[in-house]
Amino acid sequence: MLKGKISARRRAYILTMRVLMWASATLTAGLVLFLFVYILANGLPHVTWELLSTKPSYLEDRIGILPDILNTVYIVLATLVFVLPIGVGAAIYLTEYAKNKRVVGVIEYAAETLSGIPSIIYGLVGMLLFSNNFGTSLLAGALTLVIMNLPTVMRTAQESLKTVPQSYREGAFGLGAGKWRTVRTVVLPGCVDGIITGCILSVGRIIGESAALLFTAGFAHALNGVFEGLTSSGATLTVALYVYAKEEGEFGVAFAIAAILLILTLLINLSATLTGRYFAKRRNI
Amino acid sequence: MSDIITVKNLCLWYKSVQALKSVSMTIPEKSITALIGPSGCGKSTFLKTLNRMNDLVPGVKITGEVTYDGTNIFDPGVDVNELRRNVGMVFQKPNPFPMSVYDNVAYGPRTHGITNRVRLDETVEKALRDAAIWDEVKDRLKKNALGLSGGQQQRLCIARALAVKPQVLLMDEPTSALDPISTSRIEELVLQLKENYTIITVTHNMQQAARISDMTAFFLLGELVEFGDTETLFSQPSDKRTEDYITGRFG
Repeated sequence: MLKGKISARRRAYILTMRVLMWASATLTAGLVLFLFVYILANGLPHVTWELLSTKPSYLEDRIGILPDILNTVYIVLATLVFVLPIGVGAAIYLTEYAKNKRVVGVIEYAAETLSGIPSIIYGLVGMLLFSNNFGTSLLAGALTLVIMNLPTVMRTAQESLKTVPQSYREGAFGLGAGKWRTVRTVVLPGCVDGIITGCILSVGRIIGESAALLFTAGFAHALNGVFEGLTSSGATLTVALYVYAKEEGEFGVAFAIAAILLILTLLINLSATLTGRYFAKRRNI
Repeated sequence: MSDIITVKNLCLWYKSVQALKSVSMTIPEKSITALIGPSGCGKSTFLKTLNRMNDLVPGVKITGEVTYDGTNIFDPGVDVNELRRNVGMVFQKPNPFPMSVYDNVAYGPRTHGITNRVRLDETVEKALRDAAIWDEVKDRLKKNALGLSGGQQQRLCIARALAVKPQVLLMDEPTSALDPISTSRIEELVLQLKENYTIITVTHNMQQAARISDMTAFFLLGELVEFGDTETLFSQPSDKRTEDYITGRFG
């Protein structure tokens, strides 16, 4: 039996499957690599110090993306300021305090559904809710992104809280620590890595968002400080990319922005991985 | 010996399952009481009721009375945190917090408002000495407690519990996750602690109960079958079921 020959049909089948799998793997890897090289090759030559450090000027016939970079930073900060405390607070309440587990289940399910709907819907809602009330501005954009990121931030924080062993909580309660002291001194430190990783990934989503911002944050390239910037209309890097490519035909600039975004995303994912690894190492002494 | 805890007609349900059936007993001060019985007999549940750790389990219903220090611990006005400070607990699996040895022991005192550095140092050292682990950890107080061996971790947890100066120490099978040498060290330690503390321990190990305890309670199917002097209970049990259990006929 063991030494019986494999039939020709069987061998052909194995060979076909192997070739197919090899082909799909190569195609996937090839596409990723192609995109990477294509974007960087088209973009990097246009990334100049002048582009990064100035604002656009028609008089001097110059394009600069410094305002767009700053707008991106402002919108990331403004979004995080709101989304972190609300999201983590909601997660703490739902996992540590809420008694009715069925309602918690419904909320979790709703949050997961919300995090899956297209971002343009958030844009529409944000426009009606924020932009129409206090004008198209980075703040309106940030608030829209708060709503959009809240479910994900809450869910990742919840999942990290759940990884903290119940025995830590019992230990603290057994010493007469109250609920909030237990959460603050034992539970949160035990899962801070998960929360930070979730936070870094949501920075990535904020930087990458465009559809929702087209509706709410506007297209201006003015150079502003934080508070001025937040209250006035402004384009982030992704929106600027759209504008330069679609409305001004400046493909070089668009690709330069694309290359910058690509590298940013790479750095963000890398720092998320490194944070996770750093805390894992610290935990295992 | 005066009594420190009096339990009267204690019944407990997990949702619709009754886990304790009208348990009554009085526990003498500065003694070791062992709770024995087969798995699922309610001995751990009973133990966790004494400092209301069962409050954490959803769907628990309790009737009856547990009097500690002249107060029924289920009275609405009772401060559960204060109760747990007085009636401390050591768990089955060592559960040090993922922080330094020092911070583990200082956790309780800090929780109850001690911030003075000198007083904290004193409290931590005394607790570690009382738990017979000071010599092993005095040079690594700042190191993470998770680096200690299992037996050391359990003695550290005992030190952590002692640091809040409780009167009663509840132990839920404190040696079941440990090797024989660590087990005998913990047993010696428990015998020493008896001088100053009242100890109530759940154990699966009948020799251990016979070796260290003054009083033994035998639980079966949520009922307290027999409670009395350890020597009497093991040599002349008054109930047939106790005899069957301690002679190894079931369990």
